[in-house]
Amino acid sequence: MADTVLTSGLARPQALRLATWRPRRQTMLAFGLLAPSLVLLTLFTYWPVIQVAWQALHNQIKIGGPQTYVGLANFTALFADAAFRKALANNLLYAFGTVIPSLVLALGFAMALARSSRVNALFRSLFFLPVLIPLVAAASIFLFIFLPNAGLLDYHLAKLAISGPNWLGDPDIALWSIMGLTIWKNAGYYMLFFLAGLQAVPADAYEAAILDGANPWQRLRYVTLPYLKPTIGFVMVIGLINVVTQVDHVFVLTKGGPSDSTNLLLFYVYQQAVESYDAGRAAAGTLVMLALLLAISASSLRTLERSFGEREP
Amino acid sequence: MIEASSGVANREITPRLGYAATLLIAALWMTPFLWMLVAAFNPHTYGGSGMASLVPSYVPTLGNFAEAWASADFPRYGLNTAIISFGILAGQIVMITLAGYAFARLEFPGRTLCFYLFLLQLMLAPVVLIVPNLATIAKLGLYDSLLGVMAPYFASAFGTFLMRQAFRAIPRELEDAALIDGASVWQRIGFIYLPLAKPSLIAFGIVSVTSHWNEFLWPLMVINSPDLRPLTVGLASFTRGAEGAQAWGVIAAGTLMVSAPLLIAFALFQRAFVNSFVSSGIK
Repeated sequence: MADTVLTSGLARPQALRLATWRPRRQTMLAFGLLAPSLVLLTLFTYWPVIQVAWQALHNQIKIGGPQTYVGLANFTALFADAAFRKALANNLLYAFGTVIPSLVLALGFAMALARSSRVNALFRSLFFLPVLIPLVAAASIFLFIFLPNAGLLDYHLAKLAISGPNWLGDPDIALWSIMGLTIWKNAGYYMLFFLAGLQAVPADAYEAAILDGANPWQRLRYVTLPYLKPTIGFVMVIGLINVVTQVDHVFVLTKGGPSDSTNLLLFYVYQQAVESYDAGRAAAGTLVMLALLLAISASSLRTLERSFGEREP
Repeated sequence: MIEASSGVANREITPRLGYAATLLIAALWMTPFLWMLVAAFNPHTYGGSGMASLVPSYVPTLGNFAEAWASADFPRYGLNTAIISFGILAGQIVMITLAGYAFARLEFPGRTLCFYLFLLQLMLAPVVLIVPNLATIAKLGLYDSLLGVMAPYFASAFGTFLMRQAFRAIPRELEDAALIDGASVWQRIGFIYLPLAKPSLIAFGIVSVTSHWNEFLWPLMVINSPDLRPLTVGLASFTRGAEGAQAWGVIAAGTLMVSAPLLIAFALFQRAFVNSFVSSGIK
């Protein structure tokens, strides 16, 4: 299909191509070219998934020791573990509490700064800066921001005669503090996609809406948002994937505490594997995360395919 | 500064009440950076409520940088991070070019299946597979080595798809002409496809280096020797040490040093950064 578009009327030298490129040679060449990638993908993606599935059904008393089949015992133990249930619940809350606010903020930034001007360009860069620093670096800064009493937040709240809470030490508040950091870190990234998406909204659509007497909210609701639907879907997916895969800040800020109030799935799995040496439970936890990721991606397979795959150039 | 290409509709998008709110939120967004700068040059580093000031009221000092520099081997961490990020990129460029060409220009049975296999990697974020991958790395004898940090990232589905798109946009006539001249497949890839796909390669390079430069969890698990730590892992352990001493100025200085390379790169190549981040998503 691509060929007919690209040759633009000129006949391709079919005969030459066929003479030189016998199908079998082409197949061999293709797999030769794909081989390095396929070998590494097998080693570090497909095989690990199989391995994790196997390991989740087995127990290993000591590293290198024999593995015994235990059926679903690892999953039963996993869901019986209050820390895991807490991590799962935290991750769900964390997803709602970060993805939706980041998305709304990002859309707001993009709309407010859509017009081309030097000032707007400066603001856009400012919102984008947190994306560029490592999450552990952001966490190091926020360690002081959240410091009780003398920290940035509490110190300045005290000036307003507000006694700030113990942002990371209070189990009821710690996860919300971490959400604040996540929103700060990611909103500027999502803003870029909305800025790009807004470019695709045709000016006529707005002109027509204005002629029809639509107020700004109606223009947002009936013109902007419908055009941004694919962007919103895409941002939602990468936002949700980030929620499962980013935990660097938990290491620096709370180590999952106090009393597991900031534990997230990936951090839990890390703890099981590296600190408790419970390979079976870590594997079962990994499978739960993989299932979540697959569900998130599969629900948007069309968006992913369109972004990366079958679109014609 | 992030430029937007001149959209015709821009005038109608921007809501009127936007500016005051934007200004307020922008101030909020800037505060952590502002604090990092003010604290890093603050001579009263240890404890004290003065650390929370956002307006410098002191004679700036480089003492915090000196102390951070002395208490952690930042040059070494930086070198390790550079080796990891650019090593991964080098491996990726070779692999995504080859695989991208196969997907873009060759017909072969199993093409759709292969395509979906690659798509699977895009969906299963590699960081989730750290536990089994650590076992694989150990079996390969790569535990506690920089190559061990790099290995799982050499094959990139995302990069492959990006190159496939770029290659398909290149007119076939160019390749056919080279074919008539007797160019081998390597020559055609090296002299026709690669040079013409440079914008996509640059975009991929920026996104790849940025994400691996900032990565923490996987190198934390693979690396054991302090000598092999990348910046992120070094910073985390440095922060843990300085936090106990309440050395907030030193932490700020260390964080600034670790964050600086990418911030400077962004300042120099803003447009390239922004374009590559956008094209990493939807185009």
